[in-house]
Amino acid sequence: MAASAAVRSSMGLTFRLSRVMPDCNTCPLNRLKSCVSGAANVQRRGSFDSFRTINRNLQTSKGLYHSEEGSSNAEDPEDVVNVVYIDRSGKRIPVKAKVGDNVLYLAHKHGIDLEGACEASLACSTCQVYVSADHFDKLPEPEEREDDMLDMAPMLQENSRLGCQITLTRDLDGIELTLPKVTRNFYVDGHVPKPH
Amino acid sequence: CCSPKVCIVGSGPAGFYTAQHLIKARQDVEVDIYERLPVPFGLVRFGVAPDHPEVKNVINTFTLTARNSRCSFYGNVNVGKDVSIEELQQAYHAVVLSYGAEGNRRMGVPGEDLAGVYSAKDFVGWYNGLPSCQELSPDLNCETAVILGQGNVALDVARILLAPTDILKKTDITQPALEALVQSQVRRVLIVGRRGPMQVACTIKEFREMVNLPDTRPEMMADDFEGVKEALKDLPRPRKRLTELMMKTALEIPSEKEQERQSKASRVWAFRFLRSPIEILANPDNSRTVGIRLAVNRLEGSGDGARAVPTGEVEDVTCGLLISSIGYKSLPIDPSVPFDSHKAIVPNNMGRVQHTAGLYCSGWLKTGPTGVIATTMNNSFDTARSVVEDMESGTVDVSAARPGSQSISGLLEERGVKPVTFSNWEKIDSLEMSRGEASGKPREKLLTVEEMLQVARK
Repeated sequence: MAASAAVRSSMGLTFRLSRVMPDCNTCPLNRLKSCVSGAANVQRRGSFDSFRTINRNLQTSKGLYHSEEGSSNAEDPEDVVNVVYIDRSGKRIPVKAKVGDNVLYLAHKHGIDLEGACEASLACSTCQVYVSADHFDKLPEPEEREDDMLDMAPMLQENSRLGCQITLTRDLDGIELTLPKVTRNFYVDGHVPKPH
Repeated sequence: CCSPKVCIVGSGPAGFYTAQHLIKARQDVEVDIYERLPVPFGLVRFGVAPDHPEVKNVINTFTLTARNSRCSFYGNVNVGKDVSIEELQQAYHAVVLSYGAEGNRRMGVPGEDLAGVYSAKDFVGWYNGLPSCQELSPDLNCETAVILGQGNVALDVARILLAPTDILKKTDITQPALEALVQSQVRRVLIVGRRGPMQVACTIKEFREMVNLPDTRPEMMADDFEGVKEALKDLPRPRKRLTELMMKTALEIPSEKEQERQSKASRVWAFRFLRSPIEILANPDNSRTVGIRLAVNRLEGSGDGARAVPTGEVEDVTCGLLISSIGYKSLPIDPSVPFDSHKAIVPNNMGRVQHTAGLYCSGWLKTGPTGVIATTMNNSFDTARSVVEDMESGTVDVSAARPGSQSISGLLEERGVKPVTFSNWEKIDSLEMSRGEASGKPREKLLTVEEMLQVARK
């Protein structure tokens, strides 16, 4: 009983993970532009069928899944990951998240203004966050494509990562994610200081 | 008492991100976005390369903003011609100029106006369906194309010239451009810069795409990288990674598999450094270009501040297509708006236009034409913050009501100008997408303003 519940729970996790952060860019369907549900086709389908919307639906239905199961409650402490977002004004926003949550969509769910212009497709750097020192090394190494996009981010720091590429695990409990302060360094003559 | 009304001129990323931030920051503000074309989104629609569809996802964010009850879109309105900045300033509490950079920097060399010579801005506009560039009809019947400039736009152009058309035909590239590229004889593209490898303006993502471009091989020159290895350790991360990749491409012996791939490739691309244009060479009857005369430079100094100094040596390169990708440039919109013609921007302090209360700017018009969408986003949020600060401090007096679009709509009607609403645009959008479906493309763009207006008004 417990074993099968655990299996179903973990499959649920996998299901959630795969929905939360699909990597379309390695999928042959996407390469051949034959995928009908990927981010690349958002505009094709016309409107709000974006990852952002799909993801939100998924988050709210998660409780249902668990209560159907009847085997674990939605507040399973094993599943909780405590996260603190520090917004651009320096305000600390603690969030009770779950294992498998995606940092970008979690921020959206809690009204934190972390932009995700390209909708998690590694084609922009607007979801850049600074990761707390204690947790930075616990993250898996960024793939080359994430590093490429980070290179373009304004105010890049040693502890910069793209929020859309961070999936929460128990290890990351207590993680603090700081949104870069938007620079006010534009000079009167329009000169933009080069990042260094 | 009354809602503050803000007018934004330009519906590209700068305009929309400024609107987004304003609407979020104040629950009472109403934002009207004016756009010269019947269709919104500026360079996201007309600049981003067709094979970079993920970059265009930002359109979903902009659409959310446009559909907000406190935001209205007015397409087909030419600010500066159909309505003046002064009239907008009278109708709104604040006016934000976000109309970008529609001009381009000239090379300033003889032969610049010969057939076969194009600005990258026009070439990109052509393959992306910008109505004013549809008559470009570039002649692709030559083996070698030279691109001057080594920024991301230059690499986009190179990639579009060399990408297998099987890939391009699944994108939103225009049908006429696709057909021209299918017929193209171009097999070799040289991407030429004044300075050296450590001064290139492109970013690693775009360079990596060239390295991985199917059916092509690189022809970088090892000599160009003399002394570069030693300089690597002092470079900031983004510059270091890019330089390492360029060096690897130029110096490393490829794996057997890669060597085989390269030997089968039918197309070649190369970076050429330390070369500046002196003259564009013409055919005997002086009607089109057959090549370019380049000055050979040496570098003085290092890093971003390195200067290209002519050595006196000169080199001629044969080519039938020359694309100049040396920068976009903003143009003045209205004599009443201060304009710095040297820097080609509107002089400002944190988005507040100098000497002009209630007037702001965001995007490339504010900082010059460089940076990616993230840069423009930050820049626009900054300007929006300045607007909100000014409203809160009373610098912008929102206690007195302003008519906003009510009076402007009246003026436009008198002048026979019929704006395109966001719902009208959505008809164009639907039609383009359904047309695209038939050929396996995300959309088939409408290519003339007339057609756009016709569909908008159905």
